Amino acid sequence: MSALSPHLPSGHSPIAAVGIGCSAGGLDALRHILPGLPAGLPVPVVVVAHMGPSPDNPVLEAIGRHSGLPVVEAKERGKAVAGFVHVCPPDYHLLVEADHGFALSVDPKVNNSRPSIDVFLCAAAESWGSGLLAVLLTGASGDGAAGMAAVKAAGGLCIVQDPAGAHAPTMPRSAIDAGGADWVAPLDEIAGLIVSLCPPPRLEATS
Amino acid sequence: MPARASSIHGIEMDLVLEALARRHGYDFRHYARASLKRRMTGLAQKLGCAHIAELVPRVLHDDALLPEILAGLSVPVTEMFRDPPVFKAIRDTLLPMLATHPRINIWQAGCATGEEVYSLAILLKEADLLHKTQIYATDINDIALAKAEDGIFPAKAIEKYSDNYLKAGGQGALASYFSMGYGFAKIDAAIKEHISFAHHNLVADGVFCEVGLVVCRNVLIYFDRVLQDRVLGLFSDSLSRGGFLCLGTKENVTFSAAAPLFAAVDPALRLYKKRG
Ligand SMILES: C[S@@+](CC[C@H](N)C(=O)[O-])C[C@H]1O[C@@H](n2cnc3c(N)ncnc32)[C@H](O)[C@@H]1O
Repeated sequence: MSALSPHLPSGHSPIAAVGIGCSAGGLDALRHILPGLPAGLPVPVVVVAHMGPSPDNPVLEAIGRHSGLPVVEAKERGKAVAGFVHVCPPDYHLLVEADHGFALSVDPKVNNSRPSIDVFLCAAAESWGSGLLAVLLTGASGDGAAGMAAVKAAGGLCIVQDPAGAHAPTMPRSAIDAGGADWVAPLDEIAGLIVSLCPPPRLEATS
Repeated sequence: MPARASSIHGIEMDLVLEALARRHGYDFRHYARASLKRRMTGLAQKLGCAHIAELVPRVLHDDALLPEILAGLSVPVTEMFRDPPVFKAIRDTLLPMLATHPRINIWQAGCATGEEVYSLAILLKEADLLHKTQIYATDINDIALAKAEDGIFPAKAIEKYSDNYLKAGGQGALASYFSMGYGFAKIDAAIKEHISFAHHNLVADGVFCEVGLVVCRNVLIYFDRVLQDRVLGLFSDSLSRGGFLCLGTKENVTFSAAAPLFAAVDPALRLYKKRG
């Protein structure tokens, strides 16, 4: 597997959005990564985590206080906004339209999941093309592998959590086997890698 | 007109959508694109097409295929008492207000295979209002409508929905509204007789009657803003003075051009009231 340097490959278009998918063990992994993202990150972050149906949003509650960036639920027709973490609501698929606006659907489950990471990543890859940085974390599911492949096919970049240290290795392992990883990184290094690949934080927000 | 897509997929989708609209009058051009693309790709695969554009001759020349195409592009995914707090609020807040009328008319738009409209009818039955109620349940998908009208569901599903039913304030046993046999559950005729199922297309068809409550959940999420505005206007025109509107929990009138037509009753549960 490729071990690129932690920099944007030369000539690559700038990162315009970060999409993160996770399943079993994902909340802990997110609590690890999100505090490492600086205020003023000039791109939107979108999180799709497997969860059961619920009248509220367990992911929002679990990670809201563990993030340097404000965390909000992705809203139907709302735009992905730079410097915010947008979290998918439970029991809906999250998609992204050409204008980077969010769309929700209750289409059937994909890979036994709604939300499905594949559904999100395929739509996000079409919306952001080579500007998408996709991150796939721990999970006991094959979801996400096809999505990561779609991101690569659209010219985007992919980080996969090292299955060796992952709470559940199946999901990152399937993505790597499907050829969908530019970087395979341990959990501790993922936030730093995201930051070094994204454009520098906006200064007014960090001061 | 939504912006024209220039990717090959985008062009193919535009061609199929144009063929459907001009040949059959079903206009999906104002549906949210990303999920429509997934469904169209799935439909093309199912019909053995190597490319989406191969659907064009099928749409133009194979009229018998139309129900299957409409079924493939629409999404008849539903449950009984999905989002129990919403059904609880209909039971506790809306029904007592509707009860003061001599007759109750309800329109459920986008009924899919019927689980939701039967949930509503059960609420009305338990509030002792069903005898003076007429519910119109409509959809664009005839295959789903036929299933809805049959009212036959896997017995296992009823077990699964029982939990939702109780959380929605159910007063008995959900299974008591069905006759069970051979692993299936058939809704009682006494519940069904107050529901009329009909084909109605929210994109093109107009007002067909005056109602005190419109329930339309998880349909607007599939529409772009232009179509959402049209449909919300249609609901307002169909509602009697002070009539109620119930949308899906992730749908909203707030950002619509139609927002001034409605006042919130319970904004978190997406219950609204027609103004004026
Ligand atoms: C996801 S289902 C919602 C079912 C149910 N209301 C619920 O929330 O459980 C969406 C339904 O809307 C229907 N639909 C889509 N476009 C429509 C249109 N233009 N007119 C009427 N119904 C439509 C689909 O056929 C499908 O049955």
